[in-house]
Formats: sequence, structure tokens, C-alpha cells
Amino acid sequence: MQKKFNIEVDCANCAAKIENAVSALPGVNACNVSFMAQKMLLEADDAQFQSVLKAAVKAAKKIEPDFEIEL
Amino acid sequence: MTKKQKKTLRRILVAAVLFVALAVAGQLAALPWYAWLVLYLVPYFIIGHDVLRKAALGVIHGEVFDENFLMAVATVGAMALGEYGEGVAVMLFYQVGELFQSYAVGKSRRSIAALMDIRPDSANLEAADGTVQTVDPEAVPVGAVIVVRPGEKVPLDGVVLSGQSTLNTSALTGESRPRSARPGGAVLSGSVNGDGLLRVTVSKPYGQSTVARILDLVENSSLKKAKAENFITKFARYYTPAVCFAALALAVLAPLVLGGGWGVWVSRALTFLVISCPCALVISIPLSFFGGIGGASRCGILIKGGNYLEALAHTDTVVFDKTGTLTQGTFRVSRLRPAAGVAENDLLETAALAESYSSHPISRSLREALPAEPDTRRAADAQEIAGRGVAARVDGRRVLAGNAKLMQAEGVAFVPDDGVGTVVYVARDGAFLGSILIADEVKPHAADAVAALRGQGVRTVMLTGDSAAVAEGVAGELGIDDVHAELLPADKVARVEELLAARSGQNGKLAFVGDGINDAPVLTRADIGIAMGALGSDAAIEAADVVLMDDDPAKISLAMRIARKCMHIVYENIVFALAIKALFLLLGAVGIANMWWAVFADVGVMVLAVLNATRMLAVKSVR
Repeated sequence: MQKKFNIEVDCANCAAKIENAVSALPGVNACNVSFMAQKMLLEADDAQFQSVLKAAVKAAKKIEPDFEIEL
Repeated sequence: MTKKQKKTLRRILVAAVLFVALAVAGQLAALPWYAWLVLYLVPYFIIGHDVLRKAALGVIHGEVFDENFLMAVATVGAMALGEYGEGVAVMLFYQVGELFQSYAVGKSRRSIAALMDIRPDSANLEAADGTVQTVDPEAVPVGAVIVVRPGEKVPLDGVVLSGQSTLNTSALTGESRPRSARPGGAVLSGSVNGDGLLRVTVSKPYGQSTVARILDLVENSSLKKAKAENFITKFARYYTPAVCFAALALAVLAPLVLGGGWGVWVSRALTFLVISCPCALVISIPLSFFGGIGGASRCGILIKGGNYLEALAHTDTVVFDKTGTLTQGTFRVSRLRPAAGVAENDLLETAALAESYSSHPISRSLREALPAEPDTRRAADAQEIAGRGVAARVDGRRVLAGNAKLMQAEGVAFVPDDGVGTVVYVARDGAFLGSILIADEVKPHAADAVAALRGQGVRTVMLTGDSAAVAEGVAGELGIDDVHAELLPADKVARVEELLAARSGQNGKLAFVGDGINDAPVLTRADIGIAMGALGSDAAIEAADVVLMDDDPAKISLAMRIARKCMHIVYENIVFALAIKALFLLLGAVGIANMWWAVFADVGVMVLAVLNATRMLAVKSVR
């Protein structure tokens, strides 16, 4: 399943770091973060999508404490 | 300005006032150092508390090397060295830079959003009893009837049920050529209705409508990153730690090896850290791509990602599928050559009548060339002569219409016509009436478009299924460099692959331009697939990397100009930012550049790079 989220991330570098970190998480097939569009695209298997999403948000907040996501 | 930005601005103002007050007080009053430290810490925390917090959190989370960390270390270090003013000033300027950046980014986001203001807010749904209700376009089912009032945006794709109007599709195509809407005709969402009231039967749900697809495509485009963008983020990943270690070496090793006071070297190391902040690069590159893609979409050119924009800028060969891109894709009578003493109209009418029983595209084009539909009762005994043409009786006289072979077989003395296209020779009662040239018409801007591409140093290639003679003729007229004719649809993929193979190892990219009908495999195979006239064609939008909403071939060179301008700005920023940083790092290391210079090298470069990137939003100048 592929899903797009509206996010809030303040710096372009953090966006890139979040993209890398989330892409490396287990269960994530693909992750794209656009700083300009303030969007995050997450692709993971349907069955574990919710848990992967949770892990992704956690990883993102670790990099950028001000990271916000519209779930 | 957003709430967050306003808050930052207030903090900057308060801290700046306090900072100036303290600087003035420093000239007037003499206080012990700890008193000054405490006083300076007030503006320092007002302006820098979030940076310090993020830096601390970063260290806790093992995410050490980011700009917050750099700034925190540099300013805390400056405070520790007793340079309280510098510590506060660096933080202050850093925040000014951040605020400016966030404002500029927000502004370009909004201007792109305004450019793409095609999202319909509501639809007027007509109920079975004729009452009209305003609803969300997403709630309208396929088959429902909606009412589009004059001046309103068409919210959903559909077919006109009743009413007549003209539609302005400029928001979709970038061209303000009006399209007429009549009962039975298709209307596309996103176009703006003219003076007439239209009742439209909805043919697609909102999610699959033209508007939704375009918005989706533009939105997703920033998720596909260009190589230059990835380079910068990768670069930042190694660069920041490298600079931190260099600063450490400067602070610890330099005094041991080169001598001199510790304080001097530590202060230089801190300057080094401030200069090194990679924000200028990291922000300006995606901003340029975003502006380029957004500006292009305003001109009716949808580029599906930064990577394609980059490839487009490096395109050195454009391969056209002739029909539908350079030519109209419809057959028309392009020239009449009557024999001596024969009227043009007589020639055309006779031929059209003789062919009137045929549904062949050639006979259709003959009929369409006449001012009025001919009276087919005048023709009789029509007989097809396979591979040659037709014989028929028109007004009781025997008429032949066909190719040269037919004329020869019937012993008609005819004048050969060497025009490019299909030639129909006409004879009546054995006497030659003249010849009619039927050709696929070249688009009005095609020659200019090809010339513009050649002017940009691009090689043009044309592929076509037509005969070599027709192909050479069109290519000659347009100034195409290379022609491959008589290709079957499947040959086109092979031919593009040959072209790709022949140029492997070169940096340039190959673009294929098709009309989106039956050429999805080739569009996918080329480095960049450009689909033309794709408005409403789902398959083409799906398969192509660049989608031209209307069918004007001049858009190809426009797209390339936008792409090149964008890449130019990107490289400009990379080179400029790196060069200035390298220079200042050097000056900082040898002690010429102090903390104030460092702030310029950081914030100043960032502001300039961002301003340069926002030039991309002014696409009008490219048009």
C-alpha cells in the first residue's frame, strides 16, 4: 500500500535525513519526503502498514523534534 | 507569514533590541565579566533556545551533525571564550536567515499553489426533479448530471447534455484558445466555462478526472528527486561531519603543531563551524526544481519529477513520431492541379462524387474539401479497382479517380504530380482533368518548433510509418536532421533502441515525442518520453515522463528552455555556495575571517542562493 501524508518539516536537510532513515526501516518498501511540497509518501505492505507508519513517525521525530504529520 | 514565523520574528526583534542595548551599555558601564555573561545570556536564550534544544536532542538521539549542532557549538564556544556579543550575534543572524528562508519557501509554495489553482471547490448537482444542489465534486457519482454556470470552473469530466458555450482551457494548457462545447461533446474538468449554461453528464469520478490527475502529478513530481538534489543531500551527509572534525583538528592539533595560543585557534575553529553550515545548498536546490516544475506546469507542460527536468536539460536528440506531433494526423486536400481549361471546383467535385461511395480516409478528405456535401445521386455504378482507385459514372459520364497505375492502365494521357503525399489523378471520358494532392498537414508551428530545437543544439529525428517520399518531404519542409520511414509500429521501439545504443556512453539524453496513442512502449523506452496533446488521454499521461497538455510542438523547446534555465540556476548555486564557503573556510582557518564574516558566509550566501532559486518562478520570461 502506498499512502501520501501531509507533513510539517522545517528544514530541507532534515527532510532528506528523514527520507533516508525511514527508507531504511524494516517493512518500508519505499519512502519519499518532499520538503517543498511538505509531503511524505510511504509504501509498505498492507498488513503491517500501521505499525510501519508508527515506526516511521518515531524515526522522523527523532531526527526533527518539530516534525508533524497529518494522519 | 505563518504563526510560527511571526513568533520567530518577535524573538528576533526582542533579542536584537536587547543585544544593541547591551552593546551600547558595554561602552558606558564597567561591570565584572560574569555580570556581562548573565546579561548577554538573556538575549542568547531568547533567540537561541530552540536551536540549543534541538542540538541537545540531536546529541541524545545520536543525530549529531546537523546545523543546530554547528550553531550551538559555535555560539556556546564563543560565549566560553568571553566573546558574548559574537555569540549572540551569530545566533541572531542565523535565525534571521532561517526566517527569511522559511518565508521565501512558503511564498514559492503559495505561488505554485496559485498557479495550479484548478481544483474545483464545488459542483452543482442536478437532482431527478430538476432541483440543483451544491455539493463536493468528490461526492458526484458517474452518470449524474451537473450544471455548469457561465464563468464557473468545470468540476468534473463529462459529456455535454444540453447547452452551448465556449470553454477556456488555459489553466490546463497554458494557451487561451477557447474550445467550443456542444451537446455530445466532451468537457474536461479544470476548464472555465464561457457565457453559456451547460448541463453535463459526468463520465469519471473526481479521483480520475483531468484536474485530479494533473494535481496529483504535479504534487508527486517533487517526490521524484533529481540527481543534483540527491547529490546535495549526500554531500551534506559527509560534509558536516568532515567540517566538524576539521574544526576539532584546528582547535586541538593546530596549537600543538603550529603553536600560538589555544584561545586563538579555538576561536578560529568556531568561525570555521559557522561558515560551514550547508543550508544554502540544501534549501536552494529543491527550491529551484520546485519552481521549475511549477512554472512549466503553468505553461501546460507537466514534468513528472526533478529527475526528468534534469534529463530534459541534457537532451541532445529529440525523436518525433511524425503523425500527431509534427503533422495534424488528419488527411486534407493540400493542392489542386487542374489540367488546362478545367476549373478547380470541377476537378474536386468530380473526384469527390466518383469516390462518394467509399469510406476511405482519402475520399472523406475529398468530400470535406468541398464547400457543401455533394449530391451523391449524381454518381452511379461506382466500382473499386483494388490498389488503383475507383471508376464511376458521374452525371452519366465515366470518371476515373486513382493513382498513376490506373491512368496508365486506362491509357489516359496524364501529367505526373510529384507532390509529397497521396496523389489522386482524375479523368473524365478518357480526358485528363488534373491531379489532387492529399497530405497529412504539417502543424502551423512545427517548422518553428524544429528550428528552435536545432537552435538549442538538438538533433531532430523523425520516425514514421509513411512512405519514404512523404517522410522526406515533411522532413525537408521542417528541417529535420534524420528520417526513418516505412516503419511498422513495432519497428519504432527497435529504432529508438538502436538510436539509444548508438549513443551509449554519451552524456546527452534522448527524448521521444509521441501523441500518446499506441506509443506507450516507445515513450517508456526513451530516456524521456514526451506525450503531446495528452489532454484527456489517460494512457499517455500514465506512460510519459513529460506531458504536454496541448498539441503545440513549440512546447518541446519551451520545456527544454525551462529545464536548462533551472539546471543553470542549480549549478550556479552549487558552485557559488561551495566556492564562497571554501574561500571563507580558508580565510577562517588562517585567522583572517572572523565570526562576523562567518555569519555573512553562512546567512548571506543562503539568502543569495534562495533569491537566485526564486528566479525560477518567473517562467514568463522564458516563454
